[in-house]
Amino acid sequence: MTSLIGRRLALSLPLLLIVPTVTFLLAALIPGDIARTILGADATQAQYEQLRQSLGLNEPLITRYLAWLGSALHGNLGTSLFWQQPVTSLLDSRLQVTLSLVVGSTAVAAVAGVVLGVMAALRAGAPGKIVDAIALTGLAVPNFFLGLLLITWFAVTLRLFPATGYVPVSLSPAGWLASIALPVITLAVPGIAVIAKQTRDAMREALDRPFIRTLRAAGVPGRSIIGKHALRNAAIPVVTVTGLIFIGSLSGTVLVEMVFALPGLGGLVVQATTQHDLPLIQGVAVYFTVAVIGVNLLVDLTYSWLDPRVRGS
Amino acid sequence: MSAAIPRLRARPGAARRRSFARQLMIRPAGTGAAAFLVLLVLACAAAPLVSPYDPGAQHLADLLSGPAPHHLLGTDTLGRDVLSRLLYGGRRSLLSVAEGLAVVLALGVPLGLAAGYRGGGADRALSRGAEMVMAIPPIIIILVVLAVVPGNENAAMLVFGLLGAPAMLRVVRSATLKVREEPYVTAGRLSGLSPLHVVRGHVLPRVAGPVIVQGSIFAAYALLFETGLAYLGLTADANTPTWGGMVAEASTRIEQQEWLLFPSGALIAITILAFGLLGDAVRDAAAMEDTVPPPVRRRAFQRTAAGQGSPASGPEATPVADAALLSVRGLSVTRQEQAAQALVVDSVSFDVFPGETVGLVGESGCGKTVSALAVLRLLPGSLTVAGGQAQWAGRDLLQMPDRAFGHLRGSALAYVSQEPQSSLDPTFTVGSQLAEVIRRHDQVPRPAARARAADLLRQVELPDPTRAARAYPHELSGGMAQRVALALALAGRPQLLIADEPTTALDVTVQAEMLALLRRLQRETGMAILLITHDWGVVADICDRTIVMYAGQVVERGGAQDLFDRPLHPYTLGLLRSHPSLAHPGQPINALPGRVVPPGAWPSGCRFAPRCGFADDACRAGPVLLTEHSASRQARCLHTDQVVLDEVSAR
Repeated sequence: MTSLIGRRLALSLPLLLIVPTVTFLLAALIPGDIARTILGADATQAQYEQLRQSLGLNEPLITRYLAWLGSALHGNLGTSLFWQQPVTSLLDSRLQVTLSLVVGSTAVAAVAGVVLGVMAALRAGAPGKIVDAIALTGLAVPNFFLGLLLITWFAVTLRLFPATGYVPVSLSPAGWLASIALPVITLAVPGIAVIAKQTRDAMREALDRPFIRTLRAAGVPGRSIIGKHALRNAAIPVVTVTGLIFIGSLSGTVLVEMVFALPGLGGLVVQATTQHDLPLIQGVAVYFTVAVIGVNLLVDLTYSWLDPRVRGS
Repeated sequence: MSAAIPRLRARPGAARRRSFARQLMIRPAGTGAAAFLVLLVLACAAAPLVSPYDPGAQHLADLLSGPAPHHLLGTDTLGRDVLSRLLYGGRRSLLSVAEGLAVVLALGVPLGLAAGYRGGGADRALSRGAEMVMAIPPIIIILVVLAVVPGNENAAMLVFGLLGAPAMLRVVRSATLKVREEPYVTAGRLSGLSPLHVVRGHVLPRVAGPVIVQGSIFAAYALLFETGLAYLGLTADANTPTWGGMVAEASTRIEQQEWLLFPSGALIAITILAFGLLGDAVRDAAAMEDTVPPPVRRRAFQRTAAGQGSPASGPEATPVADAALLSVRGLSVTRQEQAAQALVVDSVSFDVFPGETVGLVGESGCGKTVSALAVLRLLPGSLTVAGGQAQWAGRDLLQMPDRAFGHLRGSALAYVSQEPQSSLDPTFTVGSQLAEVIRRHDQVPRPAARARAADLLRQVELPDPTRAARAYPHELSGGMAQRVALALALAGRPQLLIADEPTTALDVTVQAEMLALLRRLQRETGMAILLITHDWGVVADICDRTIVMYAGQVVERGGAQDLFDRPLHPYTLGLLRSHPSLAHPGQPINALPGRVVPPGAWPSGCRFAPRCGFADDACRAGPVLLTEHSASRQARCLHTDQVVLDEVSAR
């Protein structure tokens, strides 16, 4: 088990290097002058030179890159240009919001998707059509539009949930739940669609496998056949997709946090974009990449728990 | 000369594309989506001509109006006409999607073709690179771009295309790999055509389908992304009409005018949906085109059903045998095929008495397994019991409620299948699967179930029961797995074991051990066995009585030894003669000519007639009945006398 974790980490660590490198190179190579952008057209040449100096833009690219990498290795992701605070402390203070959203929505999508998918696999009629309909609309409706629809219906008209804002879990668990309910649902819908479809197909395939017949003939009752044997054999593709859904929700949360005015990483990074705060964007890139690596590792561990054949190889 | 060779091979060219187009046209969702997209592109392109107002014109008398005659889709916060702004905004969104798509196609297709066609190091490098890029969250990269060049949507979409190219590369690569091995491509390659020529002429047309599918998926995502960025206000100022920006503007006035959300939001959703549906339709059409069988007209069910003719007299109509454990009468099973139903098992009747072993013999496709699965109520969804009964202790197994039949599973009837390895759940240990079944039947606590599991494994002669219990199915050999499957079947102490070719997948030496084990278990437990096989050696070894099936019908039945000595049906005779160890010395082994007529194509007369040396016009005239020849001997043949004579003269 430890060797598996080690092997997977060794494979995914390059990603941790690649993402910041790509963002760094991109920022340097795209035609455009960040100092000019920040200052606007009215700035004097002296102001411009000073900003370039303080941003280190006069140093060669490779020097800047290595310096950034060196401090990143020591857990220092630089200082935000706009906030004038260490990037890590800015991000850490907003991590809870984003984690609540991405973890919550992935969990909701997994549970709802698996339930719907199993129902659709067992009955060809209505549940199958419902899954198809959800799959179509869930993927087509943009999350910012869906979020606004939910706000209109459940917050403005029915007044069941707050329209915007975040309540930390330490302040009031119930308030926290109410504040993230609509954003989590918004973020979960496309995931429900994808996971339900995957579960339906995988369950149908699993239920057609010969061992289902053997177990049924030997007297194993239907609920164990479906809930234990078929589901576990269908789980591997479902877990794969769930991992991808989590990674996708990192992109989705950027928009959803803006729609619901939540103080998370997503809202911060959009702000950082309009403020040309490159160190902050790069910091978010590092955090997201760590999340991607973590989830991929979790997915691999789940594989080996689910399927003994993976353990052996 | 070299150029001619590829043409010799059947290249699925124009005809293939025509049928593909037809497949696409019969899908209304796909056609509708394509029509919508074409219309949308035309309307947006012609926005200056068709839009009712200038997109920036403010109608201050009509602020935030809902749909009205002057403003079909209403006006926004500044009184600007929503429809006009949608049309102008669409130009921008659709162009952005096209930009991204162009990058995806320009990079993904050639690189994918190169990776798939060349293989080797280039393939590995490209695939690894694609994998890396696909793991990068695209939003972050795009935000970096927009931080450096603010508001530059072109830059954002070009980079988005760059990030989308690897997915296209992978799709094209795998499609190319598949086409690469096809004969007409191999022929082209071997005949010395330049790779460029082969790829352009032969590979590209076949890769086009997957490219369109992946292209429409990307287009859907690109539009989602473009409108998202516009919603965030990162790609345009507030005055420029954009779809995403219109949603953002509407969001500030939800409490006053909800309507404003819908024109832009719904149009985005519908357009994304159209891209998705188009991709689905192309994918389904391509899949159909690959799998559509040659158009052989199948006879309708009515025709074959009319030919089955089971009159009220004759052995088929004999009442159920009271002494029998299982008494099957007139069992029919049909298979749903597109429009028609085909009969697969046709009025099959047989008995199994306590403690005996009955062989069910015939080639593959004769309905042996289907008959058995029908009795076990394990038929796959495409097959249904169309008639008949299966009496067990005075009750019809086929009519019983599910719950009642559930209690008989494993304890009255048990089942062992042909493929030992795949008949065990790969994700649980042997011990845990056995314990689950034991607990179901014995209602004992876990430790007791585990102990009995070890007993059962010992009973089926597994060398190391404790180790076997801890093993997963993939760690067992075929013979060991079949013993475990047998232990699972025995766990409920069944009175009848239905074994479907239990030795076919095993090595010859293991086969003999398995048969010996079955014999021993039968002696010890007194259970009856219904053994499905095509192997006369197995029949000779273990069976008391034998039933021969052909094309869904019982064609002969009798004592096992009797059948060997004096076959009455030409099919039985043919089967016996084609068996190496049973052929008469000095005579050549005669493989039975032809093959089993598939369900749905059965002739109305004797079904074996097309393959039979004795057949004449009388055989083909109408259905042949199963007739009694001596006590416990029946055959479905008009020429049994000739068969017997032929057999005698052959000795």
